[in-house]
Amino acid sequence: MSETTAHGQSPHTQALHAQDHGQQHPIRLYLFVWGLLFVLSAFSYMVDYLGIHGYLRWTLILLFMMLKAGLIVAIFMHMAWERLALVYAILLPPVLVLVFVALMVSEADYTIFTRLAFFGATP
Amino acid sequence: MAQTIETHGGADLRPAGLRGVAADFSSDQRAFKTASWGKAMMWIFLLSDTFVFGCFLIAYMTARMSTPVPWPNPSEVFALHIGGQDVPLILIAIMTFVLISSSGTMAMAVNFGYRRERRVTAILMLLTAALGATFVSMQAFEWTKLITEGVRPWENPWGAAQFGSTFFMITGFHGTHVTIGVIFLLITARKVWRGDFDVERRGFFTSRRGRYEAVEIMGLYWHFVDLVWVFIFAFFYLW
Repeated sequence: MSETTAHGQSPHTQALHAQDHGQQHPIRLYLFVWGLLFVLSAFSYMVDYLGIHGYLRWTLILLFMMLKAGLIVAIFMHMAWERLALVYAILLPPVLVLVFVALMVSEADYTIFTRLAFFGATP
Repeated sequence: MAQTIETHGGADLRPAGLRGVAADFSSDQRAFKTASWGKAMMWIFLLSDTFVFGCFLIAYMTARMSTPVPWPNPSEVFALHIGGQDVPLILIAIMTFVLISSSGTMAMAVNFGYRRERRVTAILMLLTAALGATFVSMQAFEWTKLITEGVRPWENPWGAAQFGSTFFMITGFHGTHVTIGVIFLLITARKVWRGDFDVERRGFFTSRRGRYEAVEIMGLYWHFVDLVWVFIFAFFYLW
């Protein structure tokens, strides 16, 4: 036990029962994130409203999506204040879904190729 | 009692970073030191639900990529005729704002729960449930509109037939989650209002002492529903 360091728990948790591990953070933080989510949602809606197309559209959609998802998970779901063991156990497995996505992209490319090769333009 | 002994004290003396991950998992005790079993199990359930929605969105991607027929333009399909002109995606945008607002009120409810202000907590939870019910109603309106326009799981007037099946499956499954969340919220709000978590009244199902952490666990589920909508909004409606 000699190599112990204080872990990054926020100071706001002190007021609670030791066993509760309650998440107590200033209301202002939640209101700020709430506002941020509104602004980001408005931005992603504007992408469609302004009719942006091509790679810029997809980049912006993914950017705003990841920012919103990150804010919800980190602040609203309190992941930012959890121990790293839980963070890794929950957030790493979904990353593997990207492997599934890659598999299905190659599969879909093959399907469209065979459809066009054997049936022409109609399915 | 063993559970309370192992979790007491040491919380601030545990190693941080990767060393902490190794120490937590190899401690021969519970791995998640700061999360109770209830919270950990909700997270693991949400992880499994992530895979369910992940599979749906991947199925949608595969269908959309592999069809030679043009995909219907969601911007036009989900437009509403307001004031003499078509406003693209307006209903979906309003639904997004409603759901984000419900996430905000839920986060506040969790906060007031830990401050042990049970009435404010219950009111915020009821507000969250009302916003959730509004969301489901707007979704019902949207489904009705599309069905009257001729969208079916096997065909639609605008393009690729798979549009209908993926739309009904993905939004239907998400709407079911919101509905279950509303019911879950009403049950938890009733317990908060009654003061179950102040007097540590035992739960009817688990027989465990009631604690305000139940509100946070409820919140995890609700924020997850919002989180899934972020992905559906991006991939299905905007892409």
